[in-house]
Amino acid sequence: MAIVESKLAAQQACFDCVLPAGESWLHEVKRGQIFRILDLEGNQAVDTLFYNAHNPEERYSAVDTIREQGNLYLTAGTRLLSTEGNVLMTIVADTCGRHDTLGGACAAESNSVRYAIDKKYMHSCRDSFLHALGHCGCGMGKRDLTANVNFFMNVPVTPQGELTFADGISAPGKYVEMRAEMDVYVLISNCPQLNNPCNAYNPTPVRLLIWDETRH
Amino acid sequence: MIKQISKQNIMWEEAIPGGAHWSFLMKRGTALRITDVEGGANLSALFYNREEKLERYNMADTLKAQHTAHLTKGFVCYSDMGRVLASIMEDTCGWHDTICGMSNAVLVERKYGNADYQQHRNAMHRNARDNFLIELGKWGLGKRDIVPNVNFFSKVSVDDAGDLHYETNHSKAGDFVDLRFDMNVLVVMSASQHPLDPNLKYAPKPVLLQAWTCGAAQKDDFCRNFRPENVRGFYNTELLFG
Repeated sequence: MAIVESKLAAQQACFDCVLPAGESWLHEVKRGQIFRILDLEGNQAVDTLFYNAHNPEERYSAVDTIREQGNLYLTAGTRLLSTEGNVLMTIVADTCGRHDTLGGACAAESNSVRYAIDKKYMHSCRDSFLHALGHCGCGMGKRDLTANVNFFMNVPVTPQGELTFADGISAPGKYVEMRAEMDVYVLISNCPQLNNPCNAYNPTPVRLLIWDETRH
Repeated sequence: MIKQISKQNIMWEEAIPGGAHWSFLMKRGTALRITDVEGGANLSALFYNREEKLERYNMADTLKAQHTAHLTKGFVCYSDMGRVLASIMEDTCGWHDTICGMSNAVLVERKYGNADYQQHRNAMHRNARDNFLIELGKWGLGKRDIVPNVNFFSKVSVDDAGDLHYETNHSKAGDFVDLRFDMNVLVVMSASQHPLDPNLKYAPKPVLLQAWTCGAAQKDDFCRNFRPENVRGFYNTELLFG
């Protein structure tokens, strides 16, 4: 796990906001811009999808990203690949060291399977995704939801092929930073999951920052 | 105990040639035996609810609900709606991949070179993604409907550092997997080499499909009781069918 720090200063960012848990965020990040997600309180899951802003049919592909780098975990140096084999984003800095892309997003229905039938009435990442897409006027919807990145989540796979949900390795102030290699729509659900020990049953806010290409 | 399928029970039987693609409907309570005829096959597959095709196989939900990163007997294929599309009733090869995706035109040309139809007729080089687009097009579906798929007969394990390891000679001639369909399912398949297959030659292998009627999962069903989550997954599925 390579820890790579950023040289960018928050005061130079052209965008800076705090996204509370349970909220969604859909935003364009232009080619060349640097996008940072900062885990304010530690071990917060940030469920994230990426789309080509000019042709959203081209979108993040977890399986192509994993296969082409020959490794399951996302970290500094990882190129987030699209369904067409193009690079959407390159992770250029990472102080957490490992991010998951197998665990997907929580949803009412998957919560009913994983925890208990009556959990389906709790807020979920997919509800946040659908809420954001329903309002975006971009013609996207459930059909456009696919396997996402879970920034700051630690979901190790054993050599025997078991998927485990391990204690988080993130902490307050850890961040991941990526450079957009094309104009990209970033869709985030700051995970509201209350049934999972990964976030100590306590969903917390994250900070999102963008820097223009010319400022670094 | 591996059940033999008696010839009388078989609804239909078909062989998919190596490199080819096909799609078809399977009703709830029917089963499909997929056999690796020669050994070393890979069958990329996706499943959709035939009545509402927005509901489809979900790799992430399948894996996290069952705490697994591979598929074998006992595991079920979950849709994104918390329902069981299909269950793995039997499996003689022990591991099916679902984390590596499918081959595509660039990958196939890079590994095996170009072989077009004009020169090579039906021995042309095909790739799974284009095969899927063709099959999905028959049902009004397209690129937005291609999600992480199952690769039957292929094994890719992950070491402690996260590095992927493709296992050669994993599936032997005669190995098979039995899928029971727990919903009415559109099945889309491509008999393409696994994208991590180190074979330098374009050599996709055929698979044999045999469909029969097996009935819906009973209360004591092995897959239903394989994990507590699956009990709830079957409950969700049965809400749809009464």
